[in-house]
Amino acid sequence: MSAPTIRDYGDRALLLECGSIDEVLALAGSLRAADLPGVSDIVPGARTVLVTLTGPAQQASTRTRLIEVAANPWTDPARSDDVDVVIDVVYDGADLAEVAALVGMDVTQVIVAHTATPWRVGFGGFAPGFAYLVGGDTRLSVPRRDEPRTRVPAGSVALAGEFSGVYPRESPGGWQLIGRTGAVLWDVERPQPALLVPGMWVRFRAVDTA
Amino acid sequence: MITLEVRHTGPLALVEDLGRPGLAHIGVTRSGAADRRAHQLANRLLANPEDRATIEVTLGGFSARVLGGSLDITVTGADARPAIDGIPFGINSVAHIREGQVVSLGVPRTGLRSYLGVRGGIAVAPVLGSRSYDTLSAIGPPPLRPGDALPVGKPNGNFPELEQAPVAAISEGLVALRVMRGPRDDWCADSDALVRSTWLVSERSDRVGIRLSGAALEHRWPGRQLPSEGAIRGAIQVPPNGQPVILGTDHPVTGGYPVIGVISDDDVDILAQLRPGQPVRLRWS
Repeated sequence: MSAPTIRDYGDRALLLECGSIDEVLALAGSLRAADLPGVSDIVPGARTVLVTLTGPAQQASTRTRLIEVAANPWTDPARSDDVDVVIDVVYDGADLAEVAALVGMDVTQVIVAHTATPWRVGFGGFAPGFAYLVGGDTRLSVPRRDEPRTRVPAGSVALAGEFSGVYPRESPGGWQLIGRTGAVLWDVERPQPALLVPGMWVRFRAVDTA
Repeated sequence: MITLEVRHTGPLALVEDLGRPGLAHIGVTRSGAADRRAHQLANRLLANPEDRATIEVTLGGFSARVLGGSLDITVTGADARPAIDGIPFGINSVAHIREGQVVSLGVPRTGLRSYLGVRGGIAVAPVLGSRSYDTLSAIGPPPLRPGDALPVGKPNGNFPELEQAPVAAISEGLVALRVMRGPRDDWCADSDALVRSTWLVSERSDRVGIRLSGAALEHRWPGRQLPSEGAIRGAIQVPPNGQPVILGTDHPVTGGYPVIGVISDDDVDILAQLRPGQPVRLRWS
């Protein structure tokens, strides 16, 4: 793991470039643990960690502190057999057959590929509680739909590019829908409103009814 | 308990405070008052703690009746010619309103957003630690509607000391903003083009982003996809069409368009008062 490149992002944020999403998650984890003064948000991206600051006065001192944190070897919690979250899925999505055709499998093989290995929460965006899940079976890489849907139901389990994801609430969406879950991805009344937080491990499990 | 009974809202009236920092990694943007400076001035004039919420009124047209007591109020930001029972009072000053009276805001001649502050703050229930409404994700107290009864919080022991604050008038003409080079300025074939031309604020601008229209910026690598990365308010993204978007207070937490510049923190609040059609110049700081 090499030292990240640190770029100024205006006068109240710094962008750290990493080599991989695993490095992003490890670095974001150690930055969160370091609890640096003057830091507002630590935002993982696909290849970067954005550190936003409480004000312009924090830029220079935080850059120095980030170099210190990144210089120390950080540890990435090794993937264990225990995942953090299991999500039960009824695999009856509107695009399941098309996904199978796109990746050259039958529907059952798609379900096996989606459930056999755990996924990791990479980063958020799109909507509160939405998680870009990474590190799944690489054979499941499919393009987004040509025509995004205007309404995708909450709990829809989907694929796009290298990612899988679950729609936290009804919204427009262009991902390929392969199933649905009754799991509640987002609830502002919970102490931890997001079910999936960057760094967590997730496994999907096929069930007959949600 | 003192309440404000909303009578008219104008195009958009929202409860806002300084937002909800620290949740971007789970997809929640900071949100909060678009013109932080005007919002904070309202609290300062009223001797409120800085976490109190105000009402952000876009393009005026708001009115509310005070019930259950009398209180001190102020209006900051765009000069919407505020009045109590039709009698005008100046913006950036403290006015006293009695039970049953109506405070009303007209349409500002310049600027876009006015902040109606009350001593004690607007005390609707917070969501995830903030009373701000996030228009992108619909988190927080929903946009105000006629008939809403807004509770007013208990004032702290401090009393207003300033009666009026000197504030420069909001410009209706060309606005100059300082910009720093962004983390992806090399994705633009000529990022200096950002500061060479005059841009116009598009009518498709809101709290999520201010769209600029002008001579399209050229991408150095057309079609190349930037992996999603975190974004902040004031970041200047360049979508494939080359027309830049300056992210506003309700911006998405991550984005896939290259950020070629970032508006200086000092100038970010000016964005909140830009009107559609207004000319903007950017200069490297």
